[in-house]
Amino acid sequence: MAFKLHGIKLRDRKTTEGMPSVRIPVPETVTIPTSMHIGKPVTPVVKVGDLVKVGTLIAEDATALSAPVYSSISGKVSKITEITISNGNVVQAIVIQSDGEMTVDENIKKPEINSKDDLISAIKKSGMVGLGGAGFPTYAKFTSGKPIETLLINGAECEPFITSDSTTMVERADDIKTAIESLVKYFEVKEVVLGIEKGKGEAIRKMEELASQIPNMKVKILPKIYPQGGEKVLVYHSTGKVIPVGKLPIDVGCVVINCSTMAGIGKYILTGMPLVERCITVDGGAVKEPKIVIAPVGTPLKCLFDFCGGFKEEPFSVLYGGPMMGISVPDTSVPVLKQTNAILALTEKETHVPKETNCIRCGTCVTNCPFGISAPAITKAYKAKDAEAAIKAGAELCMECGCCSYNCPANRPLVQTNKLAKALVRDYRAKEAK
Amino acid sequence: MENKLHISVSPHIHSKRSTQKIMLDVLIALLPTTIAGAVIFGVSSLAVVAVCVAACVLSELLFNIIVKKQQTIGDLSAAVTGLLLALNLPANVPLWQAAVGSLFAIIIVKCIFGGIGRNVVNPAITARVFMLVAFSSLTSAAFPLDSTAGATPLVDLAEGNAVELKDLLLGNVGGAIGETCAVALLLGGVYLLIKRVITWHIPVAFIGTTFLFTLVLKDFDAMLALSLVLSGGLILGAFFMATDYVTSPTTPLGKIIFGIGAGLITVLIREWGIYPEGVSFAILIMNILNPYIDSLTARKLFGGGKK
Repeated sequence: MAFKLHGIKLRDRKTTEGMPSVRIPVPETVTIPTSMHIGKPVTPVVKVGDLVKVGTLIAEDATALSAPVYSSISGKVSKITEITISNGNVVQAIVIQSDGEMTVDENIKKPEINSKDDLISAIKKSGMVGLGGAGFPTYAKFTSGKPIETLLINGAECEPFITSDSTTMVERADDIKTAIESLVKYFEVKEVVLGIEKGKGEAIRKMEELASQIPNMKVKILPKIYPQGGEKVLVYHSTGKVIPVGKLPIDVGCVVINCSTMAGIGKYILTGMPLVERCITVDGGAVKEPKIVIAPVGTPLKCLFDFCGGFKEEPFSVLYGGPMMGISVPDTSVPVLKQTNAILALTEKETHVPKETNCIRCGTCVTNCPFGISAPAITKAYKAKDAEAAIKAGAELCMECGCCSYNCPANRPLVQTNKLAKALVRDYRAKEAK
Repeated sequence: MENKLHISVSPHIHSKRSTQKIMLDVLIALLPTTIAGAVIFGVSSLAVVAVCVAACVLSELLFNIIVKKQQTIGDLSAAVTGLLLALNLPANVPLWQAAVGSLFAIIIVKCIFGGIGRNVVNPAITARVFMLVAFSSLTSAAFPLDSTAGATPLVDLAEGNAVELKDLLLGNVGGAIGETCAVALLLGGVYLLIKRVITWHIPVAFIGTTFLFTLVLKDFDAMLALSLVLSGGLILGAFFMATDYVTSPTTPLGKIIFGIGAGLITVLIREWGIYPEGVSFAILIMNILNPYIDSLTARKLFGGGKK
């Protein structure tokens, strides 16, 4: 079945494209939340007053779906507090006062990997989560036991502004290579495909060079259409496989891993250093000197903006991630998370404060939706609190890419309502399961 | 000191496309045929346009004030309805009748159903049909200032008289203010296509079906079929009224079905109905069928399988 996936063209505004990443000065304190992943928040294993170093385990949960958390700087645990994270939940956070030294924990050493289980356990210990923004614990993608035909590396980076993935591909090709080789070896992966959007010259060149060294690896250059990096979109455009509604990539033999996540896995395999820092694009119309920075997890966003010369005008909103799917934050004291790939400070002119009017049934939302979902049908179902109608309209299929809202002439909050409808469906499913 | 930042749900950027801009584009696209109408039928046509637009905008303004709804005249849709209705009326229509028609379009067809986007049928089309039934003045068309003709081209052609193609293209024939000049209408239609306000599906299916069906009925006389396509309100209806978002399908396939249906009904009425023209009725009937077409032609979900 030939299915044409729709999407939209966006002005890509990647002003930091091609810049090398720069490390920010050591922050005075970091605030590291115990939930930077999908799943259960982890439990602190340090107390106030404990001394920690870069890479010291500070929180974990051995049983539930989660990812362990490590200290990103060396210093002293000054308090264990509570913070509100972007999904509205209140979780514990560990505040560490820096000693300015960035001493590496002496227990950090190259892990011993001799089997598939060793590799899965290494990925779990690395603290890796989906670095494209979703934050799903990476190890859990390998525990289904189903055969992996295709390892698909997501280098699409389709959101405006964001350049950290392509920078990682350029600067850390060796880490990515190590991760690919280990996964291919222990999971008997048949082919490796790296999907990347057209126009990322240097990253494409590096990855093609890499592909020439790895048998059965190819680089798939994809057209610049948002949301090219959406998991189902990427699988379809890179392999031609359609993931049925309600199924995962592994059900069609694919595992999709973001390229920065791959680099993180590779680094852990090579050195034993877990995920403690991120490559982040700092951009947006309010930022004086947009840069690509490397910052420890837990660094307040303010330090990153200050490093980029501060603001040239008062930002109207500040986001984790890109403008299409990012999450707006209440102030710039919030920390860098594991899954933070960009932080944007947008001016009032750039971000739109829509005034909702009546739907004029232009149909643009349905036409633009990659998956053919009718957002108005979901809205109707949600307003009637009809979970079954919402399921039928495809609420669960929605990836919240925002193509519908972006072009809506009536400025209707379609993504917002879809999110609410998805919550309605989740509750309904939970009740049904009982 | 932390300033309060704005919190919003993604997406945080917008294409700046708006209902107002779309309606403005429709008004711009209707400008050539409005000017052509004024040239062909004289300044009285501009009086009709002014009355219809003013009556539509004012009635929506007052309705919103009376029922304490948020004001909506700024979206320009009332102005579009007024202009479209005027262009569908003969230049010699009594102005009070034009005003009553406008009131009907906005209050009865649009506002009572909940305003823009909630109307079931196209306000301008429905008001025209209402006036056709209510006032006898609409059955007698106005004629160009310098013309000696006594019938509209549709009537002329039906009686076997030839009508110059040049007159049909330039609009030098009898009819409603904005329906006669095919060149001006096509200019506006192309503008809407270029600005992506409309897609080609409805106009092409509507006009194409009318042409082919007429061709079959007229023993494959291509010249006659072409003349009939250029006569009456077909071009105006196909580009500007059948394409109304609210009352037409949203998918390409749905649009084609809608256009074909409208074309068939138009020809049926033209050939066998008691009215010489069937475009308004055809669009009105397809408006009513629209919800069914839309649900039958909805896009399939990606990976949705059967169900």
